[in-house]
Amino acid sequence: MASESISLPVPRESSRSVVLDWLFTVDHKKIGLMYIVYALLFLVVMGIEAMFMRIQLSRPDNSFLSAETFNRLFTMHGTTGVFFVAMPILVGFGNYFVPLMIGARDMAFPRLNAFSFWITAFAGFLLYASFLAGGPLRQVGSAPDVGWFAYAPLTATAFSAGHSTDFWTLSILIAGIGSIGGAINMIATVLCLRCPGMTLNRMPLFAWMNLVMGGLILVTISPLTAAQIMLMIDRYLSGHFFDPSAGGSAVLWMHFFWIFGHPEVYVLIIPSFAFISEIIPVFSRKAIFGYPAMVAATTSIGFVSLGVWAHHMYTVGMPSYGNAFFVFTTMLVAVPTGIKIFNWMATIWGGKVRFATPMLFCIGFLFQFLMAGLTGIMLADAPFDWQLGNSYFVVAHFHYVIVGGILFSIFAAFYYWYPKMTGRMLSEKLGKWHFWIFVIGFHLTFDTMHAPGLLGMPRRIYTYPADRGWGAWNLVSTVGAFVQAIGTLIFVFNMIYSYFKGPLAGNDPWDAWTLEWSTTSPPPEYNFAVEPSVRSRRPLWDIKHPQDPDWKYE
Amino acid sequence: MNLRNRLKIWPTSFVSRAVLALAFCMLAPLFAASQSHSPLSPTNIFAPDSTPAHSVFRISSFVLEITAAIFVVVFSLLTYAIIKFRERKGENASEPPQVYGSNQMEVAWTILPVIIVVVLFLSTAQVIHRVQDAVAPSGAIQVTVVGHQFWWEYRYPQYNIVVANELHVPVSNLSSSTPTYLNLLSGDVDHSFWVPRLAGKTDLIPNHPNTMWIDPQETGLFLGQCAQFCGAQHAKMLLRVYSQSRADFDRWVQNQQQPAVSDPAGAAGSALFITKTCFACHTIRGTAGVGIVGPDLTHLMSRDTIAAGVLPNTPENLRVWIRNPEAIKAGSKMPVIDMTDDELYQIVAYLMTLR
Repeated sequence: MASESISLPVPRESSRSVVLDWLFTVDHKKIGLMYIVYALLFLVVMGIEAMFMRIQLSRPDNSFLSAETFNRLFTMHGTTGVFFVAMPILVGFGNYFVPLMIGARDMAFPRLNAFSFWITAFAGFLLYASFLAGGPLRQVGSAPDVGWFAYAPLTATAFSAGHSTDFWTLSILIAGIGSIGGAINMIATVLCLRCPGMTLNRMPLFAWMNLVMGGLILVTISPLTAAQIMLMIDRYLSGHFFDPSAGGSAVLWMHFFWIFGHPEVYVLIIPSFAFISEIIPVFSRKAIFGYPAMVAATTSIGFVSLGVWAHHMYTVGMPSYGNAFFVFTTMLVAVPTGIKIFNWMATIWGGKVRFATPMLFCIGFLFQFLMAGLTGIMLADAPFDWQLGNSYFVVAHFHYVIVGGILFSIFAAFYYWYPKMTGRMLSEKLGKWHFWIFVIGFHLTFDTMHAPGLLGMPRRIYTYPADRGWGAWNLVSTVGAFVQAIGTLIFVFNMIYSYFKGPLAGNDPWDAWTLEWSTTSPPPEYNFAVEPSVRSRRPLWDIKHPQDPDWKYE
Repeated sequence: MNLRNRLKIWPTSFVSRAVLALAFCMLAPLFAASQSHSPLSPTNIFAPDSTPAHSVFRISSFVLEITAAIFVVVFSLLTYAIIKFRERKGENASEPPQVYGSNQMEVAWTILPVIIVVVLFLSTAQVIHRVQDAVAPSGAIQVTVVGHQFWWEYRYPQYNIVVANELHVPVSNLSSSTPTYLNLLSGDVDHSFWVPRLAGKTDLIPNHPNTMWIDPQETGLFLGQCAQFCGAQHAKMLLRVYSQSRADFDRWVQNQQQPAVSDPAGAAGSALFITKTCFACHTIRGTAGVGIVGPDLTHLMSRDTIAAGVLPNTPENLRVWIRNPEAIKAGSKMPVIDMTDDELYQIVAYLMTLR
């Protein structure tokens, strides 16, 4: 009895200290993990929202959801996906692995790092608080229902009563503060904390791409934040920035939004290129082909992407010269993007490809990103876009980019780096099941989704008439969505199961070449017992092949 | 022989079959939509019937051919690479030769895409100019289109008529070229005019007038719908364009120009139209109804549909719609007016006289 009464408080105190440890941590690895777990939580939420919408669209004139609910679901799905799934998960991986890959002890500003995470996390929960506090208590709306690009003047108080739009505006504003903090941190870390010998020219592409992502965030989140403040002034201080009835301009909002919105696509896809550029070489057993060209392509994508935004606006009545200009700049993006695909292919060429799960997802990425890029060229073509714009073809295209490209690369990253983060391997068997089921589901959903767009189905409609011939395509898309959900459940199960039962990983399970694999799995809080020093882009290759090191050739 | 043997090995044939199936899946929808004309759908963008839609169709086909060629080439190379350079069982475990890059290759796959981009850009710029900068000929019909939540208003300044939801235009063929120019305005939020077989879409933005033009080559009905999210009932803001022979169109215009028919059958309903305040939103020319918030009803019975193309225009549907618009289009701006069944029947009887 006595011993019980003494030992009881002990676990309570330790669990409390665990919680406090995570709450107050400034360790980049813990913050990275929190970003990732937080994003996975919202990934499940947005997936459930998508399933509801797919059920509603599975047949014409369906009444499963009301118009109001459907409009809220697609707004929340889009906003969540961009700001609270894709960005945090990519930032999370960057946070965890950039310091490890450049041989640093932590990010440059650990406290800013913690602040950025918590402010972003708060923004996500604030957005979802709208379901309760957006106004249902006073019968004026709940969650935002203006679409994720929230075109004016639909967001004006005249058309959006209650506070649903305010929740959207504030949460974007606050998430933006977190993103900017994270970007400053990333840029400072990459530029200032590289270990001895790691010149910019020897830095892993992963770090390069996160650097470019940070730069892009700094440039593009600012106009978005400014636009949110202007919108709030319009709504509450009788401003007229976007109010056409008082001489304001609805088109001005579009410019503000898309000067953020298009580079945002690159903010998401560039870190996803980073995953691919690290994983393909390891599983092809070859150095990345054309490292300088890859760096040049990445930075030029960053710059060119700042001059393409109005390709979202071909139908708003820009002059023909304006439209032609944006056709040219947008198509120009295809050049550096093509260089990347060719370099990845050349990396595989002549290698010895191991079809482990991370590589399978990378191969899926390559094929799907190719297709997404080509439908992107169709949409870049202004006349073609007059037909395709705002149709389901666009929805299919950007899901090809975001699911087929970015999400596949994120899955690849999980299978590749999970052993480093947890010390245990994910099950290869479950991983292959996950891959094949998800590939089938993905193609069932999104290949067929192009068709209703070509047949005239606009996006954001909660139902459609039977005589349009869209029903069968939509039904197949819905079936595919369920198949994807099954694949995702296998992934979630694999993550949980392997955390407890997976085989131990050791330091370097993939026989890889970057610095994170030289420390323990998971790495200690200080990362490296001795500060590493490098002579080439693949320090571990040099150690493993002392008679044939990279630094002789670089 | 070598290749044939290799294909029998499990991973190769499995992977290649999977990859082929994948390629088929990716291309099938594009192919299906481009090969078939209107039977697949009345809103197929690959079944053009008007000059702007034809111009878009031609440049689209060109872009599709180029992208399809790129797809086939890169897809084949990628497939070849992952099959050919896979790690084989029983091979020695040594690392493959390390190749770090090749400047010639980089230059080659930079210049080739640049050439493709320039070719695509030049041919596209021509089409943009041809469609967007076309000047209206003197015989063109001018229509002012006003987008509303969630219906369409059409004003014909040349004929001094105002109609709703169903746009009538004369057919425009070799014998008589009469394109219709649409001046696009909005009364509230952004909308977009999209009838895929006639032209690409153009947005209707408040305080930002836009124009587009159509010249249907055949008579008939062309469907479409609003393509910019505009609020709760964006989905039920359907477009109907009737292309008519010149004689039919003139007859239609003549009828629309008349004030409302005064028929004794509608006397009771006509009084209710005032007392139930319908007149405050709806115009019926020749009566006290002068409201401009809702659709003009002067010749309601000349229309095939009500509620912006959602329901066929029948007495039964009119009653259902007036009784409770929320049941058909939740969020529509038409209020529920309190009235007895008798009053409802009388109002609909009146509307039935508005030919």
